Amino acid sequence: MSETASSSTAITGAEIFCRSLQAEGVEVVFGYPGGAVLHIYDALYRQDKVSHVLVRHEQGAVHAAEGYAKSCDKPGVALVTSGPGATNAITGIADAYMDSVPLVVFTGQVPTSLIGNDAFQEVDTVGITRPCVKHNFLVKDVKELATTIKKAFYVATTGRPGPVVVDIPKDVTADSCEFEYPESIRMRSYNPTSKGHTGQIRKAVELILSAKQPMIYTGGGVILGKGSEALTEFTRKLGYPITNTLMGLGGYPASDKQFLGMLGMHGTYEANMAMHHADVLIAIGARFDDRVTGNIEKFCPHAKIVHVDVDPSSISKNVKVDVPIVGEVEPVLRELIKGLNENGGKPDAEALATWWKQIEEWQAQDCLKYDQSSELIKPQYVVQKFWELTQGEAFVTSDVGQHQMWAAQFYRFDKPNRWINSGGLGTMGVGLPFAMGVQFAHPDATVGCITGEASIQMCIQELSTCFQYQLPLKILNLNNRYLGMVRQWQEFFYQGRYAMSYMDALPDFVKLAEAYGHVGIQVTQPGDVEGAIKEALAQKERLVFLDFITDQSENVYPMIPAGAGQNEMILV
Amino acid sequence: MRHIISVLLENEAGALSRVAGLFSARGYNIESLTVAPTDDPSLSRMTIVTSGSDEIVEQITKQLNKLIDVIKLLDMTAYPHIEREMALVKVRVPEAADREEAKRLADIFRGRIIDVTHDTYVVEITGEGSKLDAFLEALQPFPVLEVVRSGVMGIARGDVSLQI
Ligand SMILES: Cc1cc2nc3c(=O)[nH]c(=O)nc-3n(C[C@H](O)[C@H](O)[C@H](O)COP(=O)(O)OP(=O)(O)OC[C@H]3O[C@@H](n4cnc5c(N)ncnc54)[C@H](O)[C@@H]3O)c2cc1C
Ligand SMILES: Cc1ncc(C[n+]2csc(CCOP(=O)(O)OP(=O)(O)O)c2C)c(N)n1
Ligand SMILES: [Mg+2]
Repeated sequence: MSETASSSTAITGAEIFCRSLQAEGVEVVFGYPGGAVLHIYDALYRQDKVSHVLVRHEQGAVHAAEGYAKSCDKPGVALVTSGPGATNAITGIADAYMDSVPLVVFTGQVPTSLIGNDAFQEVDTVGITRPCVKHNFLVKDVKELATTIKKAFYVATTGRPGPVVVDIPKDVTADSCEFEYPESIRMRSYNPTSKGHTGQIRKAVELILSAKQPMIYTGGGVILGKGSEALTEFTRKLGYPITNTLMGLGGYPASDKQFLGMLGMHGTYEANMAMHHADVLIAIGARFDDRVTGNIEKFCPHAKIVHVDVDPSSISKNVKVDVPIVGEVEPVLRELIKGLNENGGKPDAEALATWWKQIEEWQAQDCLKYDQSSELIKPQYVVQKFWELTQGEAFVTSDVGQHQMWAAQFYRFDKPNRWINSGGLGTMGVGLPFAMGVQFAHPDATVGCITGEASIQMCIQELSTCFQYQLPLKILNLNNRYLGMVRQWQEFFYQGRYAMSYMDALPDFVKLAEAYGHVGIQVTQPGDVEGAIKEALAQKERLVFLDFITDQSENVYPMIPAGAGQNEMILV
Repeated sequence: MRHIISVLLENEAGALSRVAGLFSARGYNIESLTVAPTDDPSLSRMTIVTSGSDEIVEQITKQLNKLIDVIKLLDMTAYPHIEREMALVKVRVPEAADREEAKRLADIFRGRIIDVTHDTYVVEITGEGSKLDAFLEALQPFPVLEVVRSGVMGIARGDVSLQI
């Protein structure tokens, strides 16, 4: 600690850190200590407003903070040490960047006097993270600490949300100055747009009402921008069909009859066909990702497109749109609803009825059907049972692979913020730490983690964190003894040459769960699936690891192969 | 198509690398990039010369605007504007005749000789890039020892201006 004469109100940077977090209303920080952040840990120890969760690997800290943020209205906060602490956090930061998750990640740094000297545990954190953050800061003076933290939370949570890294050298945490936390902050270089342009809203309303074969396509922006209520009102008012991206699931109630399911590579036949044949496409908080569009040349060939997005760079990036509206989904949807009321026009009822008839024909294809009559457990069946037995009310995280797609297809989300997964970066290993973060945000909720035997091993050490904090997660391991998603591609596109997609030498997951202090159950018979899930749900206080030995040969259908259009799906 | 974009950004450590990093990460072209603080020392002004289709240039300006340190920018290609670049050229001129010819060329291009030794000149020349190219071309007969080019700076004519 610095011994310099300080006025009685001066406090150390480490204390400023704590007080700033308190002022931001931060309740929990996910982190892991080390030399560069020891002053901060000491200050955290000596206060009791902000609690700290000790993970087992810094990647887990950032993913847990993401899970926390994605499942509630608050940004996630992580704290790691310099050097290896910071590099271990990178995957989480990049994941949050791709999926626009509001995070503030604090990294320790070597003392300012040593920066650039290849000092012990030094890395150029600001340099390494620059391409995968919304913004980052290096705090060089304790007097800038409080304002920088204020800016970090402001930038992370406004506009298109994203991760912000604040790199704090150790001496800055020891130095002291007077503490004053800014009430509000204004940055001349950063002014995100909230309301849509009136002229554009009017044009959009006219186009929307002129549609004969309309389609509403919404994404993660609806969840991030808390726009589901407005979206539901807007969609019901029009009576138009709607689809959600993988990131947008729960933005519109899946059980509603206007909902056509997810679209894209593993979306439903009806959603993709309706996209392909639409004459007016209303895109809201979605970014025309290549997993959604398929071959861009063949995407929505007949549609005029309205696109609402808070980030101008998302608009006309992949697909040229006709009516761009820069703004937040919630206020823009309210303006659109108002515009529809004022316009007084009604959708073309006759055309709409014909369009719905066509859609019902596509729906009759029953593209998600599967057959659970065999001896082997079908992975889809497990997800469906979990959905039924939790009445669709659970928070569900997933990892990356086939199980992720089945989770998205078969757990039908009626509410936003309940489906937590990694879409943009597609990071195996997120499922367990995401679930931890969710459980901290919602201590009494049922939190399920639908994972695969490969993904779960990427952050398996967090089972120890779960034991320390008694997190009663329900882990559903869809164990197909394969890197299933990789195997599926090899089966389809590499003539069945299964290079390195086989998970040899798997651990005994039951024993593994037990070794970490949890309950492990292996399920091999279809008839036991329901009972096992019930048993896991009944164990309210315990983490239960359900290891389902599933049909190895099962593939995810439908599928749009690379290079194909949305109307060129492989069906079961 | 070639575009010339002027950017006002916070004069902060790392702001330049954010812009440079953006161009390399997204695979955009940079022909030249110049930057210096403005009369307001909290601001830097950068001129970027780039090229790409309309869609790409639209993305470039949007992505630049998205950088938190960027305050404002102007794609000057859309307006009448002035571009200037400076070059410093060191040529070997051992014979009296060489010196005379080099001086004559510098005069024609409105260049100035700003350093003289017994067998070298340094010529300073300002203008549009094409003029600098032409001057260097004209200097071909001499052994050119060094060429330093500043990269392009630009300013819009008349009422259009980039300020905060
Ligand atoms: C194995 C695998 C398979 C996949 N298959 C599919 C698939 O079949 N179908 C599919 O859809 N995806 C699939 N994905 C996910 C895909 O990669 C993308 O992550 C996803 O499609 C992007 O979703 P999005 O368009 O909703 O954008 P997000 O990444 O959620 O981006 C949100 C958009 O909304 C904007 N926004 C944010 N906040 C606001 C606000 N308040 N107001 C307005 N706008 C806002 C942002 O600027 C951004 O443009 C798959 C991923 C994996 C790993
Ligand atoms: C960190 C990381 N490494 C590699 C991949 C590529 N990858 C995508 S899915 C997958 C297989 C996942 O296997 P598993 O978790 O068992 O899920 P399954 O597909 O079998 O359901 C792999 C290797 C990835 N997405 N993330
Ligand atoms: Mg697997």
